[in-house]
Amino acid sequence: MSASVQRAAPAPPMIDTSLPPIHIAITDTSKRYGAAGVLALDRVSLTVREGEFLSILGPSGCGKSTLLRCVAGLERPTGGEISVHGETVRRPPANMGVVFQRDVLLDWRSILDNMFLQTDFRGEKRSRYMARAHELLDLFGLKGFENAYPTQLSGGMRQRAAICRALLADPDLVLMDEPFGALDALTRDQMNLELQKIWASARRTILFVTHSIGEAVFLSDRVVVMSPRPGRIAMTLTIDLPRPRRMAIREMPEFAHYCAQIRTLFGEMGLLKDE
Amino acid sequence: MNEISRTRRIWGLLTPATTIIAVFVAWQLLVTGLHVREVILPAPSEIIQALLSQPAWFAQEGLYTMATMLVGFALAVIVGILLAILIVEVKLLESTLYVLIAALNSVPKVAIAPLFVIWLGTGYGPKIAIAFLIAFFPIVIDSVLGLKSVPKDMLDLASSMRASQLAQFWRIRLPTALPSIFAGMKVGISLALVGTIVGEFVASDHGLGYIILTAQGTFETAQIFAANILLGAAGIVLFWAMSALERRCLPWHASQRQEV
Ligand SMILES: Nc1ncnc2c1ncn2[C@@H]1O[C@H](COP(=O)(O)OP(=O)(O)O)[C@@H](O)[C@H]1O
Ligand SMILES: [Mg+2]
Repeated sequence: MSASVQRAAPAPPMIDTSLPPIHIAITDTSKRYGAAGVLALDRVSLTVREGEFLSILGPSGCGKSTLLRCVAGLERPTGGEISVHGETVRRPPANMGVVFQRDVLLDWRSILDNMFLQTDFRGEKRSRYMARAHELLDLFGLKGFENAYPTQLSGGMRQRAAICRALLADPDLVLMDEPFGALDALTRDQMNLELQKIWASARRTILFVTHSIGEAVFLSDRVVVMSPRPGRIAMTLTIDLPRPRRMAIREMPEFAHYCAQIRTLFGEMGLLKDE
Repeated sequence: MNEISRTRRIWGLLTPATTIIAVFVAWQLLVTGLHVREVILPAPSEIIQALLSQPAWFAQEGLYTMATMLVGFALAVIVGILLAILIVEVKLLESTLYVLIAALNSVPKVAIAPLFVIWLGTGYGPKIAIAFLIAFFPIVIDSVLGLKSVPKDMLDLASSMRASQLAQFWRIRLPTALPSIFAGMKVGISLALVGTIVGEFVASDHGLGYIILTAQGTFETAQIFAANILLGAAGIVLFWAMSALERRCLPWHASQRQEV
């Protein structure tokens, strides 16, 4: 088993040409809310390559959302720099889809109209994306619900619709902030499988925030574990498990070993007292 | 629509109608049975007689009142919503103007009605002004509340889609605020009618308020009741019209969904 563990070490410049190009480069990024407020991020450095599925894992309040929001251009870092495709992030990058913990569907729009929110903002013709919209609805089991209103759907279906919305314009970067946090365990497992499938089919870069160890290990190529106050990267773990992964993989010793490593780290951070 | 909900809807209309009829029948019987003098409490038949003896006059004065009220209300809606947008967009206005409006809201507005007569004379002006003033407060206050209640992650979503501030206003903020704006308008339209009548009491030679005041001087109680019944009917129709408009504009809203 080849688990490569680096602790809080900035990634050395890669020379290996076989690796995909760098998609997101986070360099020494800090974020302090208010002049004397919380230091939510403390000199975080991280490189994400194109097509990578990377999870950011950590207890609540350790700065996961802050990091994601800085990448999304919704928050300005107070130190360091973030670039996407080599360009410094000053506003939300084009070609990006975001999924929040709440589905944030607009109640007054049907599911289909919700999916077209971005194209409506851009003033684009819907016809260009109509085929894609139906393909996505089909893929996420929402066929027949395109004209339903959000209040008529279950939590799982609503979040599926939110994911469809994020994927409609074929973004090459998808940011997800605890998207399944509000779902029941079974729906959550199902969504993990669907997400893996959609990621495998188009190999977008996905930055996925979660506080579930199992979910992070199951989905990711790499898991970045953060520690709180101040928010720092405590460990980066490459998950070397074959894909496509089935739910049963969680019973395998390799899977359990990855989870144990993370749990041990949480124990060392004093976040998990297992006596 | 299925049978059950249809029956229920018919009952929903029938029950209040029967109640009103029953009240009028009881009223008629009591007044005639106890020989109450018309000047104290006229029977429904005498009220109807008063209405039918001068239908054109009642219609004309009723329309005058309604027109005045609608102009005042329309102004309150336009000014109220625009001001609410300004208050939400400009931080300084929230801590100054909005606080002032909220404080003035507790002043009994009808008490300053005579001032408008001094300022604006006795025509349409003072009545529109009072209707406007009294309807304006709930509209501006509820609109501000609605515009401020937009969830932050919804705006984040729009920003992540690179939507301009203007696009965010039209596609996110305004639709989110609409239920609250309608709540303000529903209160406002009833208050506008009250404001108009107060205006007509203070100084007027027209309108249902004027009819009531002159009828009081000549002890024509049946006319007072007739005017009040017209006002009540107008109030119901206006509220119903606002609700219908609300249903059309916000079909998604929870308050509109009918349980089957
Ligand atoms: N808008 C904000 N203003 C002030 N403090 C904030 C704000 N957002 C987050 N914080 C603080 O920053 C820290 C990290 O928050 P966050 O990134 O939301 O953590 P996580 O997503 O890991 O739960 C927390 O201590 C939180 O209280
Ligand atoms: Mg968070």
